[in-house]
Amino acid sequence: MPHLTHWFIRSALVDLALGFTFGALMLFNKGVLVSVWIWRLLPLHVELVLLGWTVQLTMGVAFWILPRFGLSRGNERVAWVAFVLINAGVWIVGIGPTLGAPAFITVIGRLAEAGSAVAFAVHAWPRVRPLGA
Amino acid sequence: MPILTRWFVKSAFVYFFAALAVALILALQTPLHLAPAIGSLMPVYIHLFMVGWVAQFIFGVVYWMFPKYSKDKPRGSDGLGWATYVLINVGLILRAIGEPLNAQQAQSIWGGLLAISSILQWLGGMAFVANTWRRVK
Repeated sequence: MPHLTHWFIRSALVDLALGFTFGALMLFNKGVLVSVWIWRLLPLHVELVLLGWTVQLTMGVAFWILPRFGLSRGNERVAWVAFVLINAGVWIVGIGPTLGAPAFITVIGRLAEAGSAVAFAVHAWPRVRPLGA
Repeated sequence: MPILTRWFVKSAFVYFFAALAVALILALQTPLHLAPAIGSLMPVYIHLFMVGWVAQFIFGVVYWMFPKYSKDKPRGSDGLGWATYVLINVGLILRAIGEPLNAQQAQSIWGGLLAISSILQWLGGMAFVANTWRRVK
């Protein structure tokens, strides 16, 4: 596995562990009430499991296995940008509402996530081609 | 394909169908004037889909395709792999049963079922992370 794939997948596993933890806390709390505050973890839970886990794992595996240009995987720098932006976005969007931050904080997080999507597409687009082409 | 992967992937297909069947019931609630309590199935639908189908399919493929842990233990700990499968599935089924019943009668014995479900699924998730972490190389 390439270095960036390690980062993507290990980060995805951390987000899976945290997302499952917050989800389990909310489900436990639904059955046996501990504190109403626990419901504020919902946005963070959703961001961690949808984007932090599922999307990041997909990006990591795609970076690893999409067709290469000889030994090169093309523009790796922009893929690193995608990694940084998706992680920044997940945490900003997830923590903002949990801590009662103003709405524009969520907007900033969403911009980071959208930027990650664009950056990863810029990286991967040329690699989506027939083998040997 | 290892036997555990077959269990993960085939179970995932069952959840895929089950999730969409629950989604169908949710969609029929308004046109057929079904009981409002049907709405409590929304989180069941979401988690049958995301945990039962998406995550479980990924777990199965990762267990199969990720780099080998070692020559002796190519897929890491088989025990952790099977623990993931059993804990996630038992936990998810308990949730699917407990969630609508708890919505009818909150903080009852059905609430205890949800609490047990949360612990089982959490343990399943941690088992997957622990076993997979060592294969990211």
